[in-house]
This record gives sequence, C-alpha cells and structure tokens, in this order.
Amino acid sequence: MKRVLSMLVENHQGVLSRIAGLFSGRGYNLESITAGVTTDPQITRITLVCQGDDNVFAQIKKQLQKLIDVIKVTDLSEARALHRELALLKVKARATDRGEIFQVADVFRARVLDVGLDSMVMEVTGASEKIDDFSAVLAPYGILEIARSGLISVERGKKQ
Amino acid sequence: MKITGSELLVKALIAEGVQHLFGFPGGVVIPIFDALFSAPQIKVVLTRHEQGAVHAADGYARSTGRTGVCLVTSGPGATNTVTGIATANFDSVPIVCFTGQVPRDMIGNDAFQEADIVGITRPITKHNYLVLERSDLGRIIKEAFTLAASGRPGPVLVDLPVDVVREPGDPVYPESVAIRGYNPVYRGHAGQIRKAAQALRKARRPLFYAGGGIHISGAVEIFRRIVEKTGVPVVSSLMGIGSLPGDHPLDLGMLGMHGTYQANMAVTHCDLLFAVGTRFDDRATGDLAKFAPEATIVHVDIDPVSISRNVAVEIPIVGDARQVLEQLEPLLEPHSIDGWLRSIQDWRREHPLTVSSQDGLLTPEKIIRAICKLYPDAIVCTEVGQNQMWTALFYTFRHSRSLLTSGGLGTMGYGFPAAIGAQLGNPGRKVIDIAGDGSIQMNIQELATAVHNGLPVIVAILNNGYLGMVRQWQQLFYKRRYSSSCLMTGTDCPPQCPGPGEACPAYTPDFVKLAEAYGAVGMRVRRQEEIEPALTEAGKSRNRPVFIDFIVERELNVFPMVAPGAGIDEMIFSEESRK
Repeated sequence: MKRVLSMLVENHQGVLSRIAGLFSGRGYNLESITAGVTTDPQITRITLVCQGDDNVFAQIKKQLQKLIDVIKVTDLSEARALHRELALLKVKARATDRGEIFQVADVFRARVLDVGLDSMVMEVTGASEKIDDFSAVLAPYGILEIARSGLISVERGKKQ
Repeated sequence: MKITGSELLVKALIAEGVQHLFGFPGGVVIPIFDALFSAPQIKVVLTRHEQGAVHAADGYARSTGRTGVCLVTSGPGATNTVTGIATANFDSVPIVCFTGQVPRDMIGNDAFQEADIVGITRPITKHNYLVLERSDLGRIIKEAFTLAASGRPGPVLVDLPVDVVREPGDPVYPESVAIRGYNPVYRGHAGQIRKAAQALRKARRPLFYAGGGIHISGAVEIFRRIVEKTGVPVVSSLMGIGSLPGDHPLDLGMLGMHGTYQANMAVTHCDLLFAVGTRFDDRATGDLAKFAPEATIVHVDIDPVSISRNVAVEIPIVGDARQVLEQLEPLLEPHSIDGWLRSIQDWRREHPLTVSSQDGLLTPEKIIRAICKLYPDAIVCTEVGQNQMWTALFYTFRHSRSLLTSGGLGTMGYGFPAAIGAQLGNPGRKVIDIAGDGSIQMNIQELATAVHNGLPVIVAILNNGYLGMVRQWQQLFYKRRYSSSCLMTGTDCPPQCPGPGEACPAYTPDFVKLAEAYGAVGMRVRRQEEIEPALTEAGKSRNRPVFIDFIVERELNVFPMVAPGAGIDEMIFSEESRK
C-alpha cells in the first residue's frame, strides 16, 4: 500500500542522504522524495511516498523519527490532506496532431509551455493518478520526455 | 581571547571529564595531538591500530558507564574505525569518535588520505557530523557528547577538517545544548505501566527477559529488588547476563541458540514474558513462530524502534529501564507460582550444563569454571564464537557491566582491546579476555598497547587450532567438511581434510613466544591439573599482560544448541542427539 509522509527536518547538509540511506539500507521501498525549504530557512519540508504493509510502515515511521535531524513526521496517507504532483511532458506533435493534443491538454487542465516543429512541452499538476492518466492518453502520440516532481502534500485546515 | 579549534577540543574533553583518549595520530590530526601534548589531565592511549582504539574506548565505556573517546586521522585512520563503531552501535555503547579530515577546500577532490567517513558511517552511528565552520565546533562537540550518552546510547562521529582545528575562534564550550529533533522518553506511560503490573499479577507462569538495557540504564539494583519481591524467574539475553547474579535460584541463564535448556523451555511455556531493554534478536528468539507462543508480551525499551519489530508486543512501554522499573515496583506484589517454579526445577535437572568429566582432558568448560572460581568478580571480555558462548554459559556473572562481548555485530578481535580499555577504566579489578586462537589474532597487535601501559590483563586463549564455531556448524550441518576453518592448514595437508590427526602441522603462532616478544608473560597449559596453577600465577602479574595458551581438545562443540531456523525449545545436546 502506498503511504505519504510529510516531515520537517533540520536544513543540515546530508539530511536527505540520511533519509534516503535509511530506506536503501533497511530495504524499504521509497517511491518519491521531495525537499524544499520552509518559511524558516533552518527547516526543510520533505514529502515522501513509500510502500509497505502495516508493520513495515510502522518501522519506517519510527526509524525516521529516530534520526536526530528529523524534527517531526506526519502520516498523511489517510489524513485529510491535499496531494499534488507536477509533471513536464514533451510529446511528439506533428502539425496534424496538434489540435487533438491541445484538446487533451485542456481536459486535463495542462498548460502548453512550448510548441516546436514536431513536439510540444506541457505542464500538468494534480494527484499522481491524474498525471498517470494524462501521460497514458498522450502515449499514442509518443512521449519524448517526462519529468515528474514527486508528490508534495499539505494537511487541510480545520473545518469546525 | 580566541583559541584554535584544537585548543577548544581539548578544553571540551576536559570539561566532559575525559580521562582517557584512545587514538592514533596521522597527518591531519597532528595539530590536535599537539594540543593534547600540553594537557596532562588527559591520558592519551596510543593503540597499534585504529580498530583497537575504538574497541578499547568501547570496553572502557561498557565497564565504567562513562563515554569512551577516540581520535584518529583521516582516510585509512577513519575507515579503520568502522568495525569498532558498528560494534558499539549495535550494542548501544556511548563513544565519541573524532576523525581528522582534509582541509575544507580539498574535500571532494580525492585528496591524499581523504575518505567520506561521514557518508561511510552514517548507518552505523547514532549520529555524525562534518564540522564545516569553526564557529559550530563547540556546539557540535557538546551535541556529540550529549547524544552519545543519553537515550539509547551509541557512537557519535565528529569529522574535523584540519583547517577548522587550526583556525582561531570562539573559546566557549557550551554547558548544554538543545536538539529539537531529539527527545528521548525516559519516564514510562503510567497507564501502560499499570497494565503491565496487572498482567504480571494475573500471570500464572510469568518470566522476566532481561536485556543489556538493564546494565546500560543502571537498573540492576531495582531489577533485583523486583525479582526478590515478586519471585518471578529471569532469563537473560547475552547482553543481559549479570542482571541477576548467575548463582541466584531464580536465574535461568541465557536464552536462545546457545541458551540453557531451562531458559528456552521457560520462554516456550510462560504465559507472560516481561522483556526489559532487549531487542528480541534472532539469536535469542530462534523461529519467531515458535517463540513464546503462549505468552502475553510486555516490552520496556527506550528505543521505540525495538518494540514490536521482530515479535508483536501486547503491552509496549517506551522508557528508560531503570525509571520504568522504579515506577513499576510499588505496583507489584509477591507471586505464588510454585507450580511454575517446580516445572523450571525439573527442566534444570533434566539437562544441566555438562562439563566433560573425562579426567585430565583439557576442555574450555573446565578452564572457564576455574577462571570463575579464582576470579569470581572479574571483568570478563570475550571474542566471538565458541569462546563467547562457553563464557556466557560457564562463567557465573554476579555483577553489572562485567561481561564485555560483541553481541549484535559479533566482532572477532573485540575482546582483547576491550580488555585494555576496561583495565584502564578499572585499575583495581581483574580483567580477563577469554579468547579463541582465531579471534585473538585479529587484534593481537594491541599486546604492545597493553605492555606499554603496564596492564595486567590476562588473556586465556582456548587454542583448538580451529575457527571453532564455524567448524562446529560444518560438523553438524555440512557433513564435517572443514572448509577454511582449520588454522593449522599447511602445504602438506590433503585438499579435503578428514579432520585432525597425528599428521597435523604444529600450531601457528607460538603464543608464548609471541607474548614474550612483546614483553608480556607467556604460558602454555596442556593438562587439566595445570589450569589453576597457571591462572594463579597469571594473577600475580601487577603490570604485565599474561597470555595463557590453553591447548584444548580440538573438536569440542558448544551445547546445548538450537539449529539455525529452529524453535528455541528444539535443542541439541550432543552430536549424537542430532541424529
């Protein structure tokens, strides 16, 4: 099962490698990891997506919490959270296909960033599944390159 | 007034009360050793290999409870510490290891004697640091000492670029530091402790499972009080040995692969297993499906990671063993579990530990029993393998912090340097390393360290000419094919040796001559009646290490034994009982 963890960590050199190393060293499955500084320049937020059954996931959380540079670990897998991923896709687009591709992009609310003689670059954001779908629909035209950011997540605010 | 990084480091060591520093110099740490030259408060112990320095610091730390400190150079000096650090990490030993590093502007350029030691040791330290700013140095050293000794202790490495230690700067060494990502929980959750007490009161067949955390946290006294009050029997992990005196009627000894029969049977049949400060290591549990199948499990540990990792735990308590036991004690009352204790007595009688009774035959059990008889209050170190298991089984440990052994990593070559560290930290006590002829050779260069520091450590070598535990497994599980486990193998040996015989070459090395070459005392013992006189003579040495080369029977096995992968109640008591 896929799980999402959001962490606040010290913005120290090597902190990302401590986290990535923990996954490789202990044989845990890490799907994506993103890092970016928060409003406090000394603190970095890391969002990671991993796989594992309940026991493995419990260990992952505890092992992460044990790292000295990790300040807080929040499990967003089942929380009311917003998850987004950004992808940039370069698609083969002959002049005859462009119209169709524009339509597809419109449906997925993707933005066209660049149009070349025989290709287009598009930007799409959304849940990971949406990006999977978008690239699946574009696959028949020929995807030349894809760059995905990995998931970033934030918990929703209180409603009551 | 500004002081250099080296001077700040020395100031910090003095402030931390460091009396012994184990180290080995080299290019980039010369400035630090230079600063130490004018610090008479700190005795620098020059080992002959950096691995020896870390194990010595480890033995010092385990036996005294104080943090062990090492200082080595960059590159090979740093990489040589890796085994020592991993050993300490596995067994939760507080060590601060300072490594030199090339100047900051050369890091990453494959400079002479450069190694990314912070990268290399990341998974085997509690935490580590590369100091990139002189202004961070004081804080980082303080953090390193704080982390090493608190919570679940462990090794912390601090990598010091040479230009940082040369740079003048802030002279202040902070008195305390706050680390916001690090808040170990010492006090147990009151509700969980009530639950645990209730489970213990209700149990008909309760059992304590004592781990190394009892020694580390200083819980031995309260633990013994609880055992006396409740009358509940105790099994120990290898690291937990000595939690209860080994000759106490409620002490069942070690559990696991080479545990005692009564310990393993008690674990298998108990209805409550109350574990304190232990990891449920696979060598202790055997087949998890058959481990304590009838028991509710309570687990007290300061490291949440250790809880419910291998064995599902019904009542977890995160906290320091001593504090939790102190919280628990008032809630407990005497138990009436006579039936349970009778079953345990029956198991004890059914398969007691056996010492070969054959007259005159020199066997490890007899040697270890004699060591125990003559030096009952010694600090005993072991290497790894048969020597380690025989020591765990046949020496009766009565005190805390008295068995120093590499439990988790299983490091051959640990015992002798650890004994050196232990002797320096405990000048009044007898320190004995029980070794095999294989493992002693892994750090034998430390003979020079022991001689030069005037340490009367006794090394009892159980010399069987084999890597004994490997040979035992080969005999029991690999049709007696002794592949690469014989230490006497020579050019005249047949390609597939059928086992020891008349034609075997002589042993190598001659440990007596070797000891003498270093300026130590060497003795050789071949017969049973020579054991005690030799040990007595060795004990008279006041300032020289003594090697006793015990030429023991070659093909003896450690029994009882649980085959790898089997349940811990499925025990083998002899070669024959396997068939």
